[in-house]
Amino acid sequence: MPFNILVAACLLYVMFLFLVAFIVERRASAGRLGWLRSPLVYTLSLSIYCTAWTFYGAVGYAARSGLEFLTIYFGPTLVFIGWWWLLRKLVRIGRQHRITSIADLISSRYGKSNLLGVIVTVMAVVAATPYIALQLQSVVLSFGVFASAAPDGDVRLGADQTAIWVATGLAVFTILFGTRNLDAKEQHHGIVTAIAVEAVVKLVALIAVGSFVVWGIAGGVAETIARIDASDLAAWQVQPGRWTGLIFLSAAAVICLPRMFQVMVVESADEGHLARASWAFPLYLMGMSLFIVPIAVIGLERLPAGSNPDMFVLTLPLAEGQGALAMLAFLGGFSSATSMVIVESIALATMISNHIVIPLWLRLRPTAGAGDDLRSVVLMARRLAIAGVLALGYGYYHISGGSAALAAIGLIAFLGVAQVLPAMIGGILWRGATKVGAAAGLLIGFAVWAYTSFLPSFGPDAVLSATIFADGLFGIGWLRPQGLFGTGGMDPMIHALFWSLTLNATAFFVGSVLTFPGPVERLQGAAFVNVFEGPVGPQRWAKGRAEPEALLVMAQRILGEEAALSQFQQAAQAQGKAGFLPDPTPAFLDGLEARLSGSVGAATAHAMISQLVGRATVTVEDLMAVASESAQIMEYSAQLESQQGELSRTAGALREANEKLMQLSIQKDAFLSQISHELRTPMTSIRAFSEIMTEGDLPPEMVAKYGAIIQDEAKRLTRLLDDLLDLSVLENGTVQLNLTLTSLQDIIDKALTAARQTRPERSFLVYRDTASEAVFLRTDADRLTQVFINLISNARKYCDAAQPELRISVRQRGGRITVDVTDNGRGIPKEAQGLIFEKFARLSDENRAGGAGLGLAICREIMTNLGGAIAYLPGQGGAGFRVTVPLRLEKLAA
Amino acid sequence: MARSRRPLFLARAPYRRRRLRDAARLLPVFSALLLILPLLWPADTASRLTSGDVIYFFGLWVLMILAAAAFAPGLQSGDQSGDQSGDEED
Repeated sequence: MPFNILVAACLLYVMFLFLVAFIVERRASAGRLGWLRSPLVYTLSLSIYCTAWTFYGAVGYAARSGLEFLTIYFGPTLVFIGWWWLLRKLVRIGRQHRITSIADLISSRYGKSNLLGVIVTVMAVVAATPYIALQLQSVVLSFGVFASAAPDGDVRLGADQTAIWVATGLAVFTILFGTRNLDAKEQHHGIVTAIAVEAVVKLVALIAVGSFVVWGIAGGVAETIARIDASDLAAWQVQPGRWTGLIFLSAAAVICLPRMFQVMVVESADEGHLARASWAFPLYLMGMSLFIVPIAVIGLERLPAGSNPDMFVLTLPLAEGQGALAMLAFLGGFSSATSMVIVESIALATMISNHIVIPLWLRLRPTAGAGDDLRSVVLMARRLAIAGVLALGYGYYHISGGSAALAAIGLIAFLGVAQVLPAMIGGILWRGATKVGAAAGLLIGFAVWAYTSFLPSFGPDAVLSATIFADGLFGIGWLRPQGLFGTGGMDPMIHALFWSLTLNATAFFVGSVLTFPGPVERLQGAAFVNVFEGPVGPQRWAKGRAEPEALLVMAQRILGEEAALSQFQQAAQAQGKAGFLPDPTPAFLDGLEARLSGSVGAATAHAMISQLVGRATVTVEDLMAVASESAQIMEYSAQLESQQGELSRTAGALREANEKLMQLSIQKDAFLSQISHELRTPMTSIRAFSEIMTEGDLPPEMVAKYGAIIQDEAKRLTRLLDDLLDLSVLENGTVQLNLTLTSLQDIIDKALTAARQTRPERSFLVYRDTASEAVFLRTDADRLTQVFINLISNARKYCDAAQPELRISVRQRGGRITVDVTDNGRGIPKEAQGLIFEKFARLSDENRAGGAGLGLAICREIMTNLGGAIAYLPGQGGAGFRVTVPLRLEKLAA
Repeated sequence: MARSRRPLFLARAPYRRRRLRDAARLLPVFSALLLILPLLWPADTASRLTSGDVIYFFGLWVLMILAAAAFAPGLQSGDQSGDQSGDEED
């Protein structure tokens, strides 16, 4: 196969990926993603777990260590089929807190600690560098395979040159599609789709090569099985330590690898996709590893001894003369390498810019505010970081010379990132995890990993001297890098795994238990651990773009319908659009936020808009600002409430006073009209008879008669006026009381005698208990007599019984005497009982011979002045009144 | 607070959902046990064949995938129907 065709195919393939990414980005910006955000694409994008190490290296691994290569797939399989334990929570936390990377996850969980962010970032970069070098190496090796196989070896690149071209190309692609825009959700639809395409290519390539090997070379499944049993692989034995250790390690790595976190959590479009991926991703892994063993077995059998088993996927088809199949396999390997490098460098660049460059920039230039200035800084930082990460990878490749076996480097990188595991798992499952514990665990784990695994991987005398290998650090035997604490007999990989993670987890636990977390840390801890119970629901604004309608609904809720509509209309007009829905441009959103913050406070407005726009994280600082603002508002509204209560109490008092005044006014009017009526009647008759008398020539008897009438009427007038005067004196409380010591019996006797003048024609049967009446009162006897006269006269006037009776009973209670005056008449109807003590209240006009209806009113006033009371006594078989009077009336001070 | 408001017994559908979650939690545990089962196999390679190992592992793998695929739809719908209290006792 001509080398030129290979390069041309590579370029065509890359251009095709560019095209895919470009079209998807266009569709994403138009909001038409559709099936591109399906579980299928999500699952396929997860396949960046399978790098070139898997694609080429697994066969080599199988050729060297038998079925042990399966452990690298079993770990992720267990994690995914057990998604309900951990991944579900991880994805929910990532989406709810808008986590941008694994460093962001750790730093957010432990109170937004930037220190932890920096630690995780540095660890990730250090661990990823050899891994990226590994990818470059695999591409270079695969080029080399074709180059050496080419008969016309005229156009040939050196290995270093190939690596530099590949690294540059990947950097350009990643920068173009990874840093096109600054989206806080860090979603890169174009790249994710391109990776999904690459996932299909590598799966198809591996299955094609495998099928060719099984059915093309071996001649069927049964034949293949027979050859497996006959091969060197049959000598394979399970090494218990490595078997379990590597399953655990790969399970930890699939959660902790920055690139896996990127596609699994950050790029996740929908939590539901995870459910599908829980079985689809293991299926993909199984597909990827299905033909590894046959390829390894046939490769070992067919290819000359000493050929690199890592390249069997390519060399086997080439040796069998299948150029096209080899080309497909080459593209599969190329895809594996490129997709891993692209996503890894994006994830690392996000971490580097967010946790190292931007904090530094803000510290060096504190005046640089948010806005376009900072955005361009972030983008530039990411571009430089991507270039830097690839340069590091190339540098590592250049220095190491690409000699080590692929699998060894891969496992070392896995163990490096797995150091994040205790802090991560502890952080999302245990509220007691603290920043100090996490930092201690990370640093110790990282140090142990570097000392026992990473630095020794360069070989004796490269970084660590051979004496250290042999005698330990500072000549202390139990500090040998591959035999800590005298455990020298272990497999180096398992030794490093055991010691680094054990010491890491111990430091994490002890540090967490012994320290006390800060407030933000505790808040974040609760929010992470209880993410499924939290008040914040799942983010439904998954599109990451603001819907103007949703913004309008929210604005209406806060500003009111008219104000919101007019604001939106103005904004739409300013954008040259008709209607009420402007485009959610940054300027419009800023204006809206400013407007809303006038209503709900800056922090809340920011949080609300960012929730709709999906542009920024709702941080704990935001929430705290919201809380303090709400506290202020609550205090203010409490003040308002108390003021309002006072006002409404005052208003109630005023209303009552007003009503009283109105009643008084009505009473006064009624009183005046009654008075004038009462006065007019006698006046009319006086005037009429006096007019007749002034006519003269009247018989003397008529004169005498008319004179008597006039006199009577004048007496009545006088009495009325006397009563009125009396009443007003009593009501004003200016009455002069003449206190004497008098027998109650005398008072009643006097009253009965005086009342006999009223309707003297009626005879009453009076029941009295004179014994009980023998009690002396200190009171105004004349006034009290007046009351009894009134009551007895009323009884004489109004009692309609055939045999009228009057019952007077006296009782003494405490310092008070009660006198009940009861007749056996019809009594007073219930509805009138409340009225009888009012002035001019007369029940019927039948018996108006008496006074002007002032009698009982006067009685009441007298009793009030005497310190007693008078009340109607219902249910006595007739009209009954109870007079209560104190035994000893003390003179009032005034 | 919220714990006290939680009912002691559940209706049929939420009950089934809880048991499905229990099954989903146990699946990786059982799978892991079966995956490290080869540690107990006799060490002498003469008595068995590598192809048998291959068939065992891939058969187990298929079973794991099928079980996960059987659980996934129920877990997902339960998750979306608002019953979010996934990590509590019943």
